[in-house]
Amino acid sequence: MPAPIRLRELIRTIRTARTQAEEREMIQKECAAIRSSFREEDNTYRCRNVAKLLYMHMLGYPAHFGQLECLKLIASQKFTDKRIGYLGAMLLLDERQDVHLLMTNCIKNDLNHSTQYVQGLALCTLGCMGSSEMCRDLAGEVEKLLKTSNSYLRKKAALCAVHVIRKVPELMEMFLPATKNLLSEKNHGVLHTSVVLLTEMCERSPDMLAHFRKNEKLVPQLVRILKNLIMSGYSPEHDVSGISDPFLQVRILRLLRILGKSDDDSSEAMNDILAQVATNTETSKNVGNAILYETVLTIMDIKSESGLRVLAINILGRFLLNNDKNIRYVALTSLLKTVQTDHNAVQRHRSTIVDCLKDLDVSIKRRAMELSFALVNGNNIRGMMKELLYFLDSCDPEFKADCASGVFLAAEKYAPSKRWHIDTIMRVLTTAGSYVRDDSVPNLIQLITNSVEMHAYTVQRLYKALLDDISQQPLVQVASWCIGEYGDLLVSGQCEEEEPIQVTEDEVLDVLEGLLVSNLSTPVTRGYSLTAIMKLSTRFSSVNRIKKVVSIYGSSIDVELQQRAVEYNALFKKYDHMRPALLERMPIMEKTATNGPTEIVQTNGETEPSVVEPKHPPPVTQPANQANDLLDLLGGNDVVPVIQTTLPTKPASAGGELLDLLGDLSLSGIPPMIAYNKNGLKIDFTFERANPNPNIAVITIHASNTTEADMTDFVFQAAVPKTFQLQLLSPSSNVVPALNQGTVTQVIRVLNPQKQQLRMRIKLTYTHKGSPVQDLAEVNNFPPQSWQ
Amino acid sequence: VAVNHCLLMQFMLLFSRQGKLRLQKWYVPLSDKERKKISRDLVQTILARKPKMCSFLEWRDLKIVYKRYASLYFCCAVEDQDNELITLEIIHRYVELLDKYFGSVCELDIIFNFEKAYFILDEFLLGGEAQETSKKNVLKAIEQADLLQENIIELHTDRGGCTMAK
Repeated sequence: MPAPIRLRELIRTIRTARTQAEEREMIQKECAAIRSSFREEDNTYRCRNVAKLLYMHMLGYPAHFGQLECLKLIASQKFTDKRIGYLGAMLLLDERQDVHLLMTNCIKNDLNHSTQYVQGLALCTLGCMGSSEMCRDLAGEVEKLLKTSNSYLRKKAALCAVHVIRKVPELMEMFLPATKNLLSEKNHGVLHTSVVLLTEMCERSPDMLAHFRKNEKLVPQLVRILKNLIMSGYSPEHDVSGISDPFLQVRILRLLRILGKSDDDSSEAMNDILAQVATNTETSKNVGNAILYETVLTIMDIKSESGLRVLAINILGRFLLNNDKNIRYVALTSLLKTVQTDHNAVQRHRSTIVDCLKDLDVSIKRRAMELSFALVNGNNIRGMMKELLYFLDSCDPEFKADCASGVFLAAEKYAPSKRWHIDTIMRVLTTAGSYVRDDSVPNLIQLITNSVEMHAYTVQRLYKALLDDISQQPLVQVASWCIGEYGDLLVSGQCEEEEPIQVTEDEVLDVLEGLLVSNLSTPVTRGYSLTAIMKLSTRFSSVNRIKKVVSIYGSSIDVELQQRAVEYNALFKKYDHMRPALLERMPIMEKTATNGPTEIVQTNGETEPSVVEPKHPPPVTQPANQANDLLDLLGGNDVVPVIQTTLPTKPASAGGELLDLLGDLSLSGIPPMIAYNKNGLKIDFTFERANPNPNIAVITIHASNTTEADMTDFVFQAAVPKTFQLQLLSPSSNVVPALNQGTVTQVIRVLNPQKQQLRMRIKLTYTHKGSPVQDLAEVNNFPPQSWQ
Repeated sequence: VAVNHCLLMQFMLLFSRQGKLRLQKWYVPLSDKERKKISRDLVQTILARKPKMCSFLEWRDLKIVYKRYASLYFCCAVEDQDNELITLEIIHRYVELLDKYFGSVCELDIIFNFEKAYFILDEFLLGGEAQETSKKNVLKAIEQADLLQENIIELHTDRGGCTMAK
C-alpha cells in the first residue's frame, strides 16, 4: 500500500484542475483513498490524511467522516498529531454535535500536560469552541492555569476563562480570586488578556463591577498602567508607529469606560489621564486615531466634566476633516450617538457634517444624512433644508425615501411659514416623487387642507407640476386631490402668493382625464382622478362633460373605477339633490396619531431595536351630518385621507367592555398571555393571524387597572429586535379606569418574515394619583405559535 | 441583552478576489451549512464594493471590517459596539506576523501552508481576542512549536515558568 500523497502534493494537483468537474473528480478519488486509510486505522498517516481533508473542506467539500479521526489525533502523544487534530476539531466539529464531548477528557489531560505548547493547544481549542458542558467540566483546570506564573499559559487561561464565563455565566465567581494580582504582571500579553477578563466580569455583573471599583481599586491601577505606556520611552517589542502597545491602551480605555459610567468618583479619577491621552496621541496614522477614538467613546460615556466632553467632540470634528474615510465614518457614527446629549457641541460641526453629504461612500452619506436631520432646528431650518433638498436631488435611490420622509418631518416641525412649507413639499414631490412613502400622500393632503390661506397657491403649483410630469404617482395623487377640492380657486385665478395663471375648466378637465387614460397612472391614481373630476361637478359649470366621463367609466374593466363611476352616476341621477352637500369642501382635520416610521430609525448598523412611538392626540370627532355617513359608504378612502391608524373608538368605559368580549375569544387558537403585571397594572396580549399574510401577527393589548385610582395619560410603547417590524395602531383611549372598570386596548401588528422568536421590550408611562409613573419591561414569554 | 464591550469577533475570513476561501476561523457555534451560507453571502457583498468605499459596513446584525492586501481580502465580523479602527490594526498585525513568518508573504504561501496560517492566528488570537501584543513573542512561540513538531527539541518535563528554548 503506497503512502498517501503529501498535503502539498495534493494541493498542487488539485490546483491543476481546469474545470469544477475535474476538481470534483480528483477530490472524490482522494477522499476514497483517505476513507480506506481511516478504516485501516493507520496511525502513521492519519495526520497527513486529516490535513488533506481539511484542505478539501475549505474548498467546500464534505469532510464529516474525518471528525472522529480528529479526536484520535488529539489523543495521540505526538505533537504534530495534536496540532492537526485540534485544528480539525475546531474546523469540523461544533457544539451541536454530541461527538464534540468526546474531546473533553483529552483536553483535560492536555491542560495538565508537561509541555506548555500542548497545554496551549488545549486552552486555545476550549476557548474557541468549548460548549457549556465542556466549560463546566473544565473550568477548574482553567482556573488553576490562571494562577500559574508561566505567562505563556496565564494569558491563554485568561481568555479561556472569558469564554467559559460567556458560556456559563454562573461560573464567573470562581475566577474572582485568581484575578487578584493579574494587573501587577509585567508581561503585556497577560495584562491585555487580564483586562479583557476583568471587562467581561464587570460587564456581566453589577456586583463584580462594584467590587472592582471599591475593593480592588481598579481605576488607579489601570490609570497607572496607562500612564506608564504613554510616558515610557520607545519599546521595540510593543511599538506600533511610535505608540506603545495600542491594543493594551484601547482595552484599558474600554475598561475605564465601564468603571466610570454612572460613577462620579471613578470618573474623576480618570479625568486627567483621559485628557492626557486625548491631547498627546499622535494622529497621523490609523493606530493613533484608534486610541483617540476609544478615548472619545470613554469620555462620552462616563461622568466627565464639560471641558473634557467638548474636547472629545472637537476630536470628532477633526476626524470629520480627515482624509481617511474610515476615520470620517467613525466620527459620524459617534456624533450620531451623542447628538441628543451634546446637541450644541455637535451643532458647531454642522457645516462639516453637511459637507459629508457629498462623500462618495454610501455609509458615510447615510450617517451624514441622519446626523443632518438630527441637527435641524428652528434657527437653521432654511439653510439645512437647502442642503438636504440638494442632497435629495442627487442622491442614490436607496436614500430617497428616507430623505424625503426626513424632509417632511423637519418641515412639519420647523417650517418658518406655511408658504415655505408647501414649497418644500412641492420640491420633494417633484424631485423624488416616486420614492415618497405611501403614507406621505394622506399626510400631505391633511397638511394642505389645514393651510387654508394657501389653497389657491398650492393648487396652482400642483397644477403646473402636473403639466410638466405625470409619472410620479404620489405627486399626481396629491395634485388630483387638490384640484378636485380647490379647482374653483384655480380657474378663478385667485392666487395671491404668485402670478395667477389663466386656466379654463376644460383645460383642467383635460388634465384630469389625461390621468385617467395615461399608462403611467396606477389604479390608485386613477381613483383619485375620477373622484376629483366628480367633485368638480359642484365647482365647475361644465357638468355635462363630467357626467359623460363618469358614465364612460361605469363600464371600466377596473372594478374599483367601475364601482366609483356607477355610484357617482347614481349621484347624478337619483341623488342629485344631495350632490352639493356630499361634495362640499373638506373641513379642517385634527391630526391623529401617525404611526409607522415617523422618525428615521437608526441605520441597520445599530443593534438598538426600532421604537415606534405613537403620539397622543385628542380623539377625532366624526362630523355629525348625514353626508359624511354616506361618504363612508361610497368607499370614501380617497375622499377622507387614510392616515395609517384606525381612528380611536369611543372612550374606554363603553368601548372597552365591548372589546373585552371580542378579545377574550381566542380567535386563532393561540393562547393569550400576560405580558406585564405590576403595581396594579396588568397587560394581556391576545393574538390573531392577519390574513393573507402569515408573517404578520396581530396582537391586541388589554390594559387593566386593579388600583383604586385611574391611570391617566397612559401610553404604551413597544420595541422589537431589528429583524421584525412593528406597527402600533391607535389605542382605544389613554385612561385605564380604576378597579377593572374597563380596559384600554391597542393593536400591534408585528411583521416577522424570518420567523424568529418574538421578543419585545415595552415601556409604560402613565399618571397615577398625581405622580408620573414609568416602567420598562421585557416580554419574552410569547407562545411559539405566535411567531412560528 | 447585556451590552458587550468585549470585542466579540464572531469570525474571520480570508478570501481571494475570485471569492475563493483561504482561511475561515469561527468563534461562534454554527453548523457547516450556516457557515457556508454566511461565507458565500458576505464574500459576494464585499467583492461588490468599490475601492473608494470605507473599510466598514453593516451586514445583518454585525459590523464587518475588511481590508485587501494584494490579492487577499481579510475580513472580520465583530459585534456592533466596537472600535473598528483597532480591528483594522488587529488585521494588520496578523498580516505582519504572516509576513515575518513566511518572508514577504503572498497568497500562494497561505494556500500551500494553510495549517501554518491557522497556527499563527491561534497564537495571536484566542476566542476572538488578542492574547499577545508583542510580535516577537508570537513568532517565538510558533518557532518553538515548529521545532517541537520536528522533534528537534525534547519534550520538557518541567512545569511552570519555563520556555522551551535551551
